[in-house]
This record gives sequence, C-alpha cells and structure tokens, in this order.
Amino acid sequence: MTALVVDDNMVNRTIHHQLLDNLGIENVAVGNGKEAVDIHCSGKAFDLILMDMDMPIMNGIEATRKLREMGIRSMIAGVSTRSMEQEIREFIEAGLDDYQEKPLTVSKLISIIRKIN
Amino acid sequence: MEVVQIQRRLVDFTKSLFMEVIPSKKNKTGTLRHTNLLTKISVLCLICLVLLLLVVVDREKGLLDSQFLQLQQLQDESNPDFVVEVVSLFFDDSEKLLNELTIALDQPNVDFKKVDGYVHQLKGSSSSIGAQRVKNACVDFRNFCEVQNIEGCRTCLQQVKQECYLVKNKLETLFRLEQQIVASGGSIPMIEMDF
Repeated sequence: MTALVVDDNMVNRTIHHQLLDNLGIENVAVGNGKEAVDIHCSGKAFDLILMDMDMPIMNGIEATRKLREMGIRSMIAGVSTRSMEQEIREFIEAGLDDYQEKPLTVSKLISIIRKIN
Repeated sequence: MEVVQIQRRLVDFTKSLFMEVIPSKKNKTGTLRHTNLLTKISVLCLICLVLLLLVVVDREKGLLDSQFLQLQQLQDESNPDFVVEVVSLFFDDSEKLLNELTIALDQPNVDFKKVDGYVHQLKGSSSSIGAQRVKNACVDFRNFCEVQNIEGCRTCLQQVKQECYLVKNKLETLFRLEQQIVASGGSIPMIEMDF
C-alpha cells in the first residue's frame, strides 16, 4: 500500500509520515494541494491520500475536486482541525471518502485504512 | 519499597495528571516496562521528577495531553529521536509564527484574517504534539480574531508566548533527563495509558 500526505505544516507532515511508516505504508509528503495534483500528473499513483484542508496555493477542497475530475479513484481522507459540520461539508462534497479530525492517531489511521481494505 | 508498589504509584500519579486534562473519561490500568531493579528504581525516580515538573501552575489543565503519549509510541529503534525531532520542528515553527503574529498585530490596520491564519497553524501543530495549553490559548485567540478585538488578540498573543515558553522549558528538561537515563545505561520506559 502507498500513501500521499498533503499538508502545509511540517510538524504534521512528519507525524503523519511516521504514522504511515510504522504501519509499513510507503509514503510521500507534499506541502499543498497543487503539489498533490502535480505529483499525480507526473504519473504517480497512491492507494491513500491524507489531505489537509487549509493550505496555501491550492487548498484541500480544490485539490480533492481537481483529483476527482482527473479520474483519481484513490481513497482520499480529509484530515483537518475543523470540526463544525458546515466547515467540512464542502470538503466532503468535493470528493472525500473519509474525514478525520486532527490530531491524527494510529487508531484513526487504521479506521481509514480499513475502509480501503 | 517493592518495585511493583513503586510502579503502581507511578501509574496512579501519571493517570492523575492526565485525568485533570480529560476529567470525564475513565482511565483503565496502565502498564510499564523496565530493565533491572536498580535501573528500574533510578528510572522511576527520574520519571516521577519529570512528571512533577509537568504539573505546573494551573492544576486544572496539564501542559501535555494524550497526543504527546501517541508521539512517544511512534518512536522506536529505527527512529529513536523522533519525539525530539518533532518537538524541535514545532518550536522552530512556532517561533516563526509568533514573530509573524507580533508583526501583524503591530500594524496600524490589523489584518485579522491573516492573524487568524497564523493562529490556526499554531493551533494545529500544537495539537499534533499534545501541547494542550498552547492549543487552548490558540482557541481563545481565534475567538478574539473572529470579533476583531485587537486588545484581546494582543493579550492572547502574550498568553500563547508564555505557554510555548513554559512547555518548551519542561520538554527540554524531560529530554535532558531521558539522555541522562540512556547515558547511565538505562532504557526509557514507555508509560501507556488508555483515555
């Protein structure tokens, strides 16, 4: 299994990378939605995308929408600090398969992965 | 005093720190792993000291929450400095954000959206490392941003700076003690808790 971490915050990227590493999931991290789209345009594919919502250049909502328009069918799990329904509705409607509130933990990540399997 | 009794006291003490953080949840029994007897006792004494240091000022909220324990559990032999690295990243990041916030709040026309953006980032990363009081201070800060209360924002900035400074000092002490344990030939015990 492979994963892409999309988060503008270095602390979160490091933690999410380690979480995935510890579960034996090969992963790559990028810093915003545009980089996530670009890496897919380069031909790479991932089973799982952990997508932050608030990012510069291209946010998680725009990136998710764009990836779905490109035909990307990977599991996209939104991971954000936002918790209000109206805040995350647009994110979910952009094409998420799952949403987890930060901080991401082992148990939350496992629940995401189970949905892939 | 038997090692088992010391272990039980340590577990109860640790639980009490985190129960103040999340008082509505029940804690199940924790577990602790050690090496030989002398190392165990010295390590336990050091851990008690560390935990005492972590219970500061406001007894209603610990400096750290369960997310910090999650970070410790991610650390292993293949990545033995993971917690130190992540915490260092956080403090580098938070220093930059606090500088930006200071500048932003010093402007004649404060851009509250920009300020809120910085605070949102700081809230996110503090939450990720378990720096609970920093995170809570950021929550208050964002509330003042929302109503565009400049004085409230400035007060919150000072509070966030203070909390960052406090947790940084405590964590630096924790890491120094861990280094001393390792240098003495001991191993760092993992304290596991269920929240």
